[in-house]
Amino acid sequence: MTTSRMRFALPLLVFALLVALLAVGLRLDPREVPSPLIGKPAPGFSLPQVAAAEQRLSLADLKGQVFLLNVWASWCLSCREEHPLLLELAKRGIVPIYGLNYKDERETAQAWLKRFGDPYRASAFDADGRIGIEWGVYGVPETFVVDKQGLIRYKQTGPITPEVLEKKILPLVRQLQEAA
Amino acid sequence: MNHPIDRNRSWPVARGRFGVPTRSGGMGLILCGLLLSRAVVATEIRQFDDPVKQERYERLLKDLRCLVCQNQSLADSDADLARDLRNEVYGIIQSGKSTEEAAQFLVDRYGDFVLYRPPFKGITVLLWSGPFLLLGGGFVFLWRQAKRRADRGSADSALSDEERTRLRQIQDRFQR
Repeated sequence: MTTSRMRFALPLLVFALLVALLAVGLRLDPREVPSPLIGKPAPGFSLPQVAAAEQRLSLADLKGQVFLLNVWASWCLSCREEHPLLLELAKRGIVPIYGLNYKDERETAQAWLKRFGDPYRASAFDADGRIGIEWGVYGVPETFVVDKQGLIRYKQTGPITPEVLEKKILPLVRQLQEAA
Repeated sequence: MNHPIDRNRSWPVARGRFGVPTRSGGMGLILCGLLLSRAVVATEIRQFDDPVKQERYERLLKDLRCLVCQNQSLADSDADLARDLRNEVYGIIQSGKSTEEAAQFLVDRYGDFVLYRPPFKGITVLLWSGPFLLLGGGFVFLWRQAKRRADRGSADSALSDEERTRLRQIQDRFQR
């Protein structure tokens, strides 16, 4: 009868739902914390540059264009992983990349750029990490896409992969560049 | 620098292909475990001029999650970022602001994730009400099950007229 069949169907359904819930949960990465800054104005800064302490880099200098802000440090191993990708992107000249050098030392940072190559138009030197906190940085590397109005549109936590670059970041950059 | 281990751990726990932690990543996890098992508060001692502020600061740090060592509170974590964030919280509380304002400072930058007690709002409705819904559902299920059993029981005990006369005959026979 239908009722006796229901007796098996209902627990089975509940079990299937539970499995689906746990399967989704297993796939989520708890280290990827969604940023509350998406869609909000990029936090302002004015910092000395890595290349020369007397030169400054401020957010105001960057306004009016779509750009990437890549948070990096010479002590960060994963940064080396994504570095060739950034170099290649800089060579392609699609979008300017600026660096935020996070809790580093100037000499080691300079040496690091000399050794691995410098994809950045300029890198701001955030020695005490205060600007990092303003941007909600909790690890390195992180990469932000900022639009012409100075709004943060995307945040990549952890190294950029070729897939993320081609499927997410570059399409978004093109779309933002076309927008008024 | 001062805490090379901290720093390399800060993001990401080094991962090999397919997200399997590599040896150094594993080491990071073990370190997290060691820090956890050492139940001493890892933080520096902070003195406030006002005991109210002291109490606010200490209570708040226990309710805030460290983003690097995610199962530790800001009070417990030895991570570099946790130290920086404690500094920020210290500054805010010292300037006379409330715990809510200090928590909001972190929420504005890192999201609700930093709060061990997430606020009740659209996206967390199920989180907060889920356990009560499940409990309520369980009670409804129990009640219906009990009712069904009771109904079946009374149906079984109801005898037809024919059965009743037979029963009486049997009783009569034994009573003689």
